[in-house]
Amino acid sequence: MRDMRTPLSRVRGKGSAHGGTEHFWQQRLTAISNLVLITIFLFVVISLSTGDYASVRAAFANPVIGVGAALVIVSACVHMRLGMQTIIEDYMHGPAKWPLTIGNVFFACLIAGVGLYAIVKMSFGG
Amino acid sequence: MSDLKSRRPLSPHLSIYRFRPTMAMSILHRITGGALYFGTILVVWWLAAAASGPEAYESATSFFGNFLIQIVLIGYTWALIHHALGGIRHFIWDTGHGLSKETSTKFAQATIAGSLAITVLLWLGIWIFA
Repeated sequence: MRDMRTPLSRVRGKGSAHGGTEHFWQQRLTAISNLVLITIFLFVVISLSTGDYASVRAAFANPVIGVGAALVIVSACVHMRLGMQTIIEDYMHGPAKWPLTIGNVFFACLIAGVGLYAIVKMSFGG
Repeated sequence: MSDLKSRRPLSPHLSIYRFRPTMAMSILHRITGGALYFGTILVVWWLAAAASGPEAYESATSFFGNFLIQIVLIGYTWALIHHALGGIRHFIWDTGHGLSKETSTKFAQATIAGSLAITVLLWLGIWIFA
């Protein structure tokens, strides 16, 4: 059958997921940032784990560590939300799919919210 | 499920294929991703404890210092390193390289060997210098 839609209209539909390649792209983008940010964050956490409480607070009062840690939280939470969404879509076909999809977003946002609050609190003192 | 639907022939699934390193690394990438997902609770708890005050931080460090939790942390760093190396593998594939049978099997073997080696080196470093 002849398709009456214009090529532009078809491409704007972005396929069955209605998101085009956005999921794939965001996953790769955050994979790059995770690779850099989390590698640095890992060594920061390891070096702080041997120190006392004052040294941890001093480190997070440093704006470079504060901003870096906040970026780790955002980048990791976006990446893990996308990853878990893929896992849910692959294995869940019953009625549990939608509650899990919603729960996944809430979990990622909760982790991001608590993490960012802790970092901001330590950055600005108190 | 309708009767007609249940009698449909199924396409061959996991059990029919010979087990290969690439299959193992594929499922491990997913499992480590899932573990990292739930492990963020530990990371955020550590941050929240540090933000809360010396007492909360003290109880968090004694929790993380526990022998069994140390084993969990070793597993967590391995999951992180394994997932990172798996991600690098995916980046190489994204460029269209390393997709042949032989190369992808070598990549799979390098991923597991590399992740175990880096984890051992990391924790040796932690125990020696801590």
